[in-house]
Amino acid sequence: MKDIIIIGAGVVGSLLARKLSSYNLDVLVLDKENDVGNVTSMANSAIVHSGYDPIPGSLKAKLNVEGNRLFPNLCKELDVSFSQIGSLTVAIFDEQLPMLEELANRSKENGVEVKLLSKEEVLKMEPNLTSEVKGALLAPSAGIVNPFTLVVHAMENAVDNGVKLCLGEEVTSIKDNGDFFSVITKKNTYEAKVVIDAAGVYSDKIHSMIEKIDYEVKPRKGEYYVLDHYGKMLVNHTIFPLPSEKGKGILVSPTTSGNFIVGPSSEWVDDKEDLSTDKPTLVNVKAQAQMMVPNIPFNEVIRTFSGLRPTPSTHDFILGTAKSNNRFILASGIESPGLASSPAIANYLVDNFVSKVIKLTPKKDFNPYVRKRFVPSKMTSKERNELIKAHPEYGKIICNCEKVSLGEILDEFSRSVPPHTIKAVKKRTRAGFGKCQGGFCQPLVLALIASNYKMKKTDVLLDKDGSYIAHYLTKEAK
Amino acid sequence: MINRDLVIVGGGSAGMSAALEAYSLGVKDILILEKNDYLGGILNQCIHNGFGLQEFKEELTGPEFMTRFSKAVNEKGIEYRLNTNVINISKDKVVSYSNSEEGFVEIKAKAIILTTGCYERNSGAIQIPGDRPSGVYTAGQAQLYLNIYGQLVGKRVFILGSGDIGLIMARRMTLEGAKVLGVAELNSYSAGLNRNIVQCLQDFDIPLYLSHTVKEIVGPKGHIEKIVLAKVDDHFNFIPGSEIEFEVDALLLSVGLVPNVDLISRLGIPFSKTRGAVVTEHMETEIEGLFTSGNVLHVHDLVDYVVSEAREAAKGAYLYLNNKLSHKGHMYKVSPKDGVNYVVPQKIYIDDAEDKLIFKFRVAHPFKDINLVISEGDRVIKKIYKPAIIPSEMEIVKLDKSLFNKENENIFVYVEERK
Repeated sequence: MKDIIIIGAGVVGSLLARKLSSYNLDVLVLDKENDVGNVTSMANSAIVHSGYDPIPGSLKAKLNVEGNRLFPNLCKELDVSFSQIGSLTVAIFDEQLPMLEELANRSKENGVEVKLLSKEEVLKMEPNLTSEVKGALLAPSAGIVNPFTLVVHAMENAVDNGVKLCLGEEVTSIKDNGDFFSVITKKNTYEAKVVIDAAGVYSDKIHSMIEKIDYEVKPRKGEYYVLDHYGKMLVNHTIFPLPSEKGKGILVSPTTSGNFIVGPSSEWVDDKEDLSTDKPTLVNVKAQAQMMVPNIPFNEVIRTFSGLRPTPSTHDFILGTAKSNNRFILASGIESPGLASSPAIANYLVDNFVSKVIKLTPKKDFNPYVRKRFVPSKMTSKERNELIKAHPEYGKIICNCEKVSLGEILDEFSRSVPPHTIKAVKKRTRAGFGKCQGGFCQPLVLALIASNYKMKKTDVLLDKDGSYIAHYLTKEAK
Repeated sequence: MINRDLVIVGGGSAGMSAALEAYSLGVKDILILEKNDYLGGILNQCIHNGFGLQEFKEELTGPEFMTRFSKAVNEKGIEYRLNTNVINISKDKVVSYSNSEEGFVEIKAKAIILTTGCYERNSGAIQIPGDRPSGVYTAGQAQLYLNIYGQLVGKRVFILGSGDIGLIMARRMTLEGAKVLGVAELNSYSAGLNRNIVQCLQDFDIPLYLSHTVKEIVGPKGHIEKIVLAKVDDHFNFIPGSEIEFEVDALLLSVGLVPNVDLISRLGIPFSKTRGAVVTEHMETEIEGLFTSGNVLHVHDLVDYVVSEAREAAKGAYLYLNNKLSHKGHMYKVSPKDGVNYVVPQKIYIDDAEDKLIFKFRVAHPFKDINLVISEGDRVIKKIYKPAIIPSEMEIVKLDKSLFNKENENIFVYVEERK
């Protein structure tokens, strides 16, 4: 019998697990995917919003602003790239200027520091913006984060502090036994006194396994372009449009790895697994982005992708407990600004709901830090040399585009949330993230996975079960 | 910091050829840096024949061709480092590299030849709509899996793009027991060499769908299941109702190669339409002493042309090291005009140039019954009749330097319709 089962190892589930690992509790995390942070937490804008935008008084407003303040220290403890570059919401038409002021007022209500900028000021900061720009709202506290390592490192830290993680465990039903729950997956049955539903796009479905629910979490798809780091600075801030009939929220932003991201679209889809992209939508994303930043070098696009927002019909995060049982705790419908809010959501749920149903005694030996990672590409020549002398595997480069060393990949295998798939290695180390998209290094990464887990090379997966790569041996190799 | 006369970045065919040429000209302090644990680069995975007809008047496989070069490199005792990745090249020609034995090393090079080859355009770059499952590979990646690692990527295969690697892989995978269902090409003409169309597709009854492309990739469960092929019109718009579905377990992409200029892309030097650097007659970039040749400069059809161009760069490096490149006097700007897509080199210092000027270029689309013209300003220097010419076959024209009289600053290369 576990104390707590968390369903879903996205950013919310992982930060919750980490928070709970600071108490003397027996916590289990289940996720249907082969890696943590593999759905909504993996495919989003990677922005830590300032909180100027949500409706004052909403959970979104409160937790976004709180979450934003928690990010600098969180990323320090978890060794995650985070940069508070600030956001600019730009007005392109004269009639948008009053809306900028409205937004500025809303920001103040939410407790977010902002500044209205004139055309000249904004163009000085961002010379690649359209000369049509009329003014902008600067929110200095907005940041960009590496969303992949945020989740991985949060869960790694949780596991290091005693949490148990089971991947590839899809929950099919939950039985409420009065004073404990049976959580039934395709493979096993687990029991726990408390269950937390952090299942992203499936959070409504998981909740409905124990009672009738009166809301829905619908997937709302966002399609993006990713541009290579091509040696020039396109924009220095995250650039947002103002909502208008001509545009609805397509941003242009640097990423923590020096790439640029353009998107997302916003389309309702029925299928909670639908991550396809389509041409008309991407063409529209491009057109919208070009209204703000006309000279985006789309010939530098290295990938397009889409992600799903778990959009609740209630229009706000659903944080609380089930009606029938206050030991079934909800972290449902966490759409944007979910990433920015996630550390605050974890605190909010633990303080207000978990603490009501289970005794929380702080763990004396809780360690908030992950074990240090060595990243040669971020080191000085001297540091790098010393590292390679001590650990020669950091001298051998595996991914040529992103300059990822063998040492970095091997190190991930030795950690408590090790990668099992090509994609999991990519999320942790960036191997395969560059302009050749693994054209050269994928076979090497594949061989490293096979050798680490003593499995056949032909059985290594890209991501999901069945996503084989080079699945057959040649006639000679047989 | 260690000093070196000549550092060659990339030990493939271009790098080895440049090293051998520089050595024979008298440059002895040479270091080749190679990221793989073998010399020869991509030729190691090109186990088919067809290499060396120009260079050796013989038909060799890729490994045979490159072995002739690597043997010579070893015989001459030219120094090289394997498993060594160049991390940075600075404007003042400091080359930083990393390997497990030496660590992170910085070398001050007097001259550098960059021969880092090219990479393949991939599904990310061409943005095929639909799912993003496993089972989608670039043709060269599938070739790497098959010929180096002994793994076959699929048994029911479709190939998008008629580039040479795709055509070679159509044959290779068929021989390996896979069923290749077809090759699609967006243009109305093939992107590969004619000999490969015949030997790799026609001889194996593999259909070539011209003016077709993949409209959608279907693989919602994680692995590719199906592709939807559709015909396109002259503006590359899909023609409704032309869709054909193929059940596949692998899609190979052979949709173009891009010079791998990462190491010099941040130096602030100009680049040309080939996506390689703008170079002079000696393949020298705007940074004096930094040369580049082979597929990192522009993508070649034949390795024979790559090794030959690398010699031009090596000659340049030799002259530079001996203070014999003036970078002065009359300079021509070489530009493509009507019907020509690009020309290499883009600049010629005529006083520095060898006796023969070499122009390499490609036409923008297929032509029949035309003249290729090279002019100095308006003055026609050379007209070459071509009954037929296609973009996939690079033209090389060598002209006596004495034909140019320094009266104009422009050299143009263009296609002229015949009256």
